[in-house]
Amino acid sequence: MSSIALLGALEIGLLFGLVALGVYLSFRVLQFPDLTVDGSFPLGAAVAATLIVHSVNPWLATLAAAAAGALAGLTTAWLHLRLGILHLLASILTMIALYSINLRIMGRPNIALLGEPTVLSPLQDGSIPSYVLTPLAFAVAVFALKWLLDRFLNAEVGLALRATGANPRMARAQGIRTERAILLGLALSNALVALAGALFAQSQGSADVTLGVGVIVVGLAAVIGGEALLNPRSVAWATTACIGGSLLYRLLVALALNVELFGLQAQDLNLITAVLVASALALPRWRAGRSLRRNGPSDD
Amino acid sequence: MIDIRHLQVTFHPGTPLENPALRGIDLHIPSGQFLTVIGSNGAGKSTLLNALAGEAPISGGSIAFDGQDVTRWGVAQRAAAVARVFQDPLAGTCGELTVEENLALAAARGRRRGLRSACHRGLRAEFQARLAQLGLGLENRLADRMSLLSGGQRQAVSLLMATLRPMRILLLDEHTAALDPRMADRVLALTRTLVAERRLTALMVTHSLRQALDVGERTVMLHQGRVAFDIAGPERTRLDVPDLLRLFEDRAGETLADDALLLG
Repeated sequence: MSSIALLGALEIGLLFGLVALGVYLSFRVLQFPDLTVDGSFPLGAAVAATLIVHSVNPWLATLAAAAAGALAGLTTAWLHLRLGILHLLASILTMIALYSINLRIMGRPNIALLGEPTVLSPLQDGSIPSYVLTPLAFAVAVFALKWLLDRFLNAEVGLALRATGANPRMARAQGIRTERAILLGLALSNALVALAGALFAQSQGSADVTLGVGVIVVGLAAVIGGEALLNPRSVAWATTACIGGSLLYRLLVALALNVELFGLQAQDLNLITAVLVASALALPRWRAGRSLRRNGPSDD
Repeated sequence: MIDIRHLQVTFHPGTPLENPALRGIDLHIPSGQFLTVIGSNGAGKSTLLNALAGEAPISGGSIAFDGQDVTRWGVAQRAAAVARVFQDPLAGTCGELTVEENLALAAARGRRRGLRSACHRGLRAEFQARLAQLGLGLENRLADRMSLLSGGQRQAVSLLMATLRPMRILLLDEHTAALDPRMADRVLALTRTLVAERRLTALMVTHSLRQALDVGERTVMLHQGRVAFDIAGPERTRLDVPDLLRLFEDRAGETLADDALLLG
């Protein structure tokens, strides 16, 4: 594998680390299976790209993309809380609606950003090539956001969110307004995902309505894979595991596609993803089975 | 001071499953009183407790805390006034959070939650001191997950959590029923100490007639959603378990063929 391919894998791995943080917030912290992600990722890309080609400052465009993602998350939460729609179904409805909304925002299926100023433009004039600087800049941004998220989840409000997911009845007895916690959590989660979408469009040079297909699976792959590897016991470790899982996933995919021996091609990507997620899910059970065979059945 | 006036709770109203759980309860609990509530299965004990906490659908009557009508308030809104220990040790705590995180949640009960760190150093020192009083060695396990603790330990922590912040009433829902006898005694002793030390207004639901007479200063028996009797003072002091049983059979007009009530 060439170093450019490796750095490219790192770059995308870091961006999907943000997606993984968002998925961690909904699936793990709030225990809310939220598929909105498949719509909010391209939503972020669409909003940022559309604003940029309309000469809006790229930083402002990126911020607007995150805000749009938050709105998408609020919509799912509202469908669930106010209309009483099952959480999974509520998120699928938002996801489907976003496909049309994204087309409306862009006015066409894709927007090219070639030659447009982006938040990554400042990295392109220096003596160091941008394919080195971009992953570095993303690493700094993603770990800064991870640090902020850790702080948030260990603060009073964040702890209220975690209690809402873990034991809503107890949370309410402690005076936590669990509905507000779910609204806030899903807004934050989808803001992170839309931010990733906005940065993805800017680093890849285009936004496309089909960007979102399978984002949730990749995000879950990162969360579950990271957990299988690190077995995190604290918030800081869990978020580290999300980013680590995402990087590992991208490296494994790049490796699978680059090693000629396997004969795999780009169209096999989703198959590889499914196999990786299935193995990550099977890993804890396999481990348990192995220790059982070694130590004999336990008493309980 | 808790004022319950003609409180009615009906589950599934207007359906074939309609179930009037409380049919008009009048109860006045002065501040600082420790009240025990007994009754057979389906008498309405848990429903009364849930109605006070804001979890049961109130269809008639009213509840007031210190003169303030809270009948329409939700659980979270009442949390500043109501502290609660559930019967199931798993229900009152978060197994996935650490001991100190659980305590921190309770330390903010009924307060606005902000962006400051939930377990800051000052709070941690206080938690350690309070946990040490339990005598269970939990003061060194602040960073352990709650799920690693035994049921009894979790219930003791629940009790501590309930008393971290001021309240108008402490609700205890058969909170020793799921524990082994030794731990149950310990948690009950802790309950009595905390209620006495802090002069708490408390309502304890119990299945044990013995416990109902031994603990607190007033005993109310519910039967079919109504108050069957309500005794306190010297009249109550003179009573023993067989007298209580006779009193019940007298008022309810039926014999108690129910193993749900423990006579011991």
